[in-house]
Amino acid sequence: MTKNDFAVVGQPLPKVDAWAKVVGETRYADDFFLPRMAYAKLLRSSHAHARIRAIDTARARAVPGVYAVVTGADLPPVKFGILPVSQDEEALCTDKVRMVGDPIAAVAAVDEETAEQACRLIDVTYEAQPALMSIFDSLAHPEVRIHEYGDGPNVHKNVALQFGDVDGALAGADLVREDVFFFEGNTHLPMEQHAAVAQWASDGKLTLWSSTQTPHYVHRVLAKALDTPAAHIRVIATPVGGGFGGKTDPFSHEIVACQLSKLTGRPVKIALTREEVFYTHRGRHPVLMWIKTGFTRRGDITGCHLRTWLDGGAYGSYGVASTFYTGVINPVTYKIPVYKFEGARIFTNKPPCGPKRGHGTPQPRFALECQLDKAAEQLGLDPADLRRRIVAEPFTKTANHLTVTTIGLGECIDKVVEASDWRAKRSRYGVTAAAQGGSREEGSEPPSPKRPGIGIACSAYMTGAGTAIYWNDMPHSGVIVRADRSGGVAILCGATDIGQGSDSVLAYLTAEVLGLEPVDVQVFPADTSLTPVDLGSYSSRVTLMCGMATIQAAGRLRDAIFKAVARKLEVDPAALVARERKIGVSADWDKAVSFARAVELGEAMHGVLAFPGSYAPPKRAGKYKGGGVGPSPCYSYSACVVELTVDEETGVVDLRDVWVAHDVGRALNPLLAEGQVEGSIYMGIGEALMEEQVFRKGLHKQPSMLEYKSPTTLETPEIHTILVETDDPEGPFGAKEVGQGPLLPVIPAIANAIHHALGIRIDEVPITPDKILKALELKRRGKPARVGPERLPLFTFKKPVVVESAFGQPADTIGVRPFQS
Amino acid sequence: MKVRIALTVNDELHEALVPVHKTLLEVLREDLGLIGTKHGCELGECGTCTVLVDGKPVLSCLALPLEAEGRRITTIEGLAEGARLHPLQQAFAELGAAQCGYCTPGILLTAAALLSERPGPTRQEVKEALAGNLCRCTGYTKILDAVELAALRMERIRT
Repeated sequence: MTKNDFAVVGQPLPKVDAWAKVVGETRYADDFFLPRMAYAKLLRSSHAHARIRAIDTARARAVPGVYAVVTGADLPPVKFGILPVSQDEEALCTDKVRMVGDPIAAVAAVDEETAEQACRLIDVTYEAQPALMSIFDSLAHPEVRIHEYGDGPNVHKNVALQFGDVDGALAGADLVREDVFFFEGNTHLPMEQHAAVAQWASDGKLTLWSSTQTPHYVHRVLAKALDTPAAHIRVIATPVGGGFGGKTDPFSHEIVACQLSKLTGRPVKIALTREEVFYTHRGRHPVLMWIKTGFTRRGDITGCHLRTWLDGGAYGSYGVASTFYTGVINPVTYKIPVYKFEGARIFTNKPPCGPKRGHGTPQPRFALECQLDKAAEQLGLDPADLRRRIVAEPFTKTANHLTVTTIGLGECIDKVVEASDWRAKRSRYGVTAAAQGGSREEGSEPPSPKRPGIGIACSAYMTGAGTAIYWNDMPHSGVIVRADRSGGVAILCGATDIGQGSDSVLAYLTAEVLGLEPVDVQVFPADTSLTPVDLGSYSSRVTLMCGMATIQAAGRLRDAIFKAVARKLEVDPAALVARERKIGVSADWDKAVSFARAVELGEAMHGVLAFPGSYAPPKRAGKYKGGGVGPSPCYSYSACVVELTVDEETGVVDLRDVWVAHDVGRALNPLLAEGQVEGSIYMGIGEALMEEQVFRKGLHKQPSMLEYKSPTTLETPEIHTILVETDDPEGPFGAKEVGQGPLLPVIPAIANAIHHALGIRIDEVPITPDKILKALELKRRGKPARVGPERLPLFTFKKPVVVESAFGQPADTIGVRPFQS
Repeated sequence: MKVRIALTVNDELHEALVPVHKTLLEVLREDLGLIGTKHGCELGECGTCTVLVDGKPVLSCLALPLEAEGRRITTIEGLAEGARLHPLQQAFAELGAAQCGYCTPGILLTAAALLSERPGPTRQEVKEALAGNLCRCTGYTKILDAVELAALRMERIRT
């Protein structure tokens, strides 16, 4: 199909929910007010690590207006967690707290104030234990155990994978670089704080409205944690006011609201405060990295060896997946013939980390792209040319057995190089040019302390995880499309709109297939009792997986209607087309029947018109232990150029322009695709320059939106988005992901531009002014002008799983998918 | 202690009996049912809860309803004229300036105050006016574009 054959796809249409959002009608979870509703608050631990010796709730229960008080003893004695291998959380802690903010008890009352006041009257007797606040602390104190499970004392996960003879490849290289990087943790900071409303009705059935990205997983966890049949539980994901991965875990407050509703016979709401959201977290892991890469004189990579240490925080969350993600995606971008990855996730007494936009991959991306910049400099190569040269081959496999389909990275690099005027600025700006007076204007003005620089980086990201959180052979995404004699079409799908526009994509694709306008399609999302399962809004999976299921379901509806119209018009169904809300034969369009009439004919012929669509990714997991993390139907690619100035006197970085070219496969709606790129760039800027989730003695140092710095309109530069289309055979009408990938190259591109401006290397993020000034001071003293981690933990990785490298093997042009026919 | 208050919100007079310390944000949402006003921090840091009081942006999470008595309060529900959307609302919808939409009401009202005071603002002036409103989805790009488009359309209507 060429671009011109589409009616809806490719149009810059408003989102289907845009109108409700601009008039304030959209109802988020905290906007639900039900009759007789009680308000609940959680009592959270003030200790980073302690045994709970006693909990006395008597005083709280006596407060007028209190309906119920619960502790862990009132809940079924089960642990839960998002991953089957890390069931380590309790809705309310019973014997131990592992972080400040761990929930211990909850109160439901007539209003929030009363609930809060009663919480303060709950007496908890703690027996404090040493708090382990860093990777180094936790490894140095094996006698203090945060959890009793894992791959060693305070080691949640220890993995090692090797693909081919990496030591041999490094030995044969012209240049071998070893570098160490640190990426500080940061958090999602969605504008909406998490909220949930539970109603356990008198018939024994439970409904939960929650601001969640994953209603299906919440559904499963509620059944387990409340010991109640899943068939009696309904989870409705309300429109989510920003997620970015922060609403992807099942949470304590969701379970507790349900239990309190059961006890009180009332609907119960729990709305987290902003401070609670900082502790609930599940954001970016702090990661310490060591990377050793061999290069030929011309810039080809001979092999790469990466080690990562993740500071996981107090619980498992998605951590096992996060650990793998720090290692498995880098080889998708460039030709890396042999590869070795060792990773470890360490428990600490901090809020648990999990998935944030780019899940586990921005950290190693930062390491690799900064290292490439250093190698290019040593080899005397232009960093854009070096990257262009080593772009991976489409339709091949990587060293670690990932199947890659289309790759638009070469075009992305060319586009940003051209749009940013890279070559001219690269030679005009920068420390070398400055030394020659190249960047200063002639004249009497005193030289500005603001040094200009320009940097580049690239990346790749997955379009949906190839495997579910729990192993199963069922669809990852399902939809039902129904039509009736009104001419109306409804689509039911478990997908959750978190602002990315998934409701809109469902409507666009249905309209495209049926020849309708998006406004003709009603979307019913994210209701576990009504909508077929979709696994959730994570891993950039929704457009592809729900999209493919939608095309299948809408196609089945169209086929049924075509059959009936063909009989009426006495033509071959294959001759029919659906467009402009009509169905007919192009050559004889006057006889075309209206869509509503066509549905009548269809209903008369077939009965009720309701058709399912199912999607599961092609099964391409590598045949080795750990091969399940990383496979994806296809991968998106991004290239980024950043232009900035750095003030030599203050260390302040001022971003001027950011260009990102992103291979989106096909932009189903270029407006929304651009919006995802812009938001990703913005978020990358925050991570690069200011955002950090840091703690002192267990307490978050900046648990507020004022203290936790994030970019405002004034720090966000002009953003230039270029969409590259490669029409991927795996995606719906060729589409790949766009919601996460474009964040990845921004962070190293900024670091590389700062180096270009001043000749200093800041090998850790965020790159704050103090680090820049420190590096400049080192430079002045003639020392290596680098600020970054100085030491690595003493740690023994597992013996690696050794597998042959699959690098360069041809990939199937299109994978065989379950439920395809 | 509860007090009786009378507030003029979106040109309608509302009376309510509320605890004296309740914020304007809480009264709007919980007592008057105007849930279009959102909250992001309840500490006056994010701009999400912005409403207009006598046409000026005010953080409703820091304002007491008593202070707003006798003044003209505008919430997102009052930005459109009946069924006719404000040009800002139209432009935000058309250009994809609302992603998750949670910060949108506060940003629309702040921008509306800017445009009524300064009809043809420069991009820098728009940035400065919106610097107190955080958005985590859009990178602000489409928001700035939409404010500029609305300003242009309003200019055309006037001339």
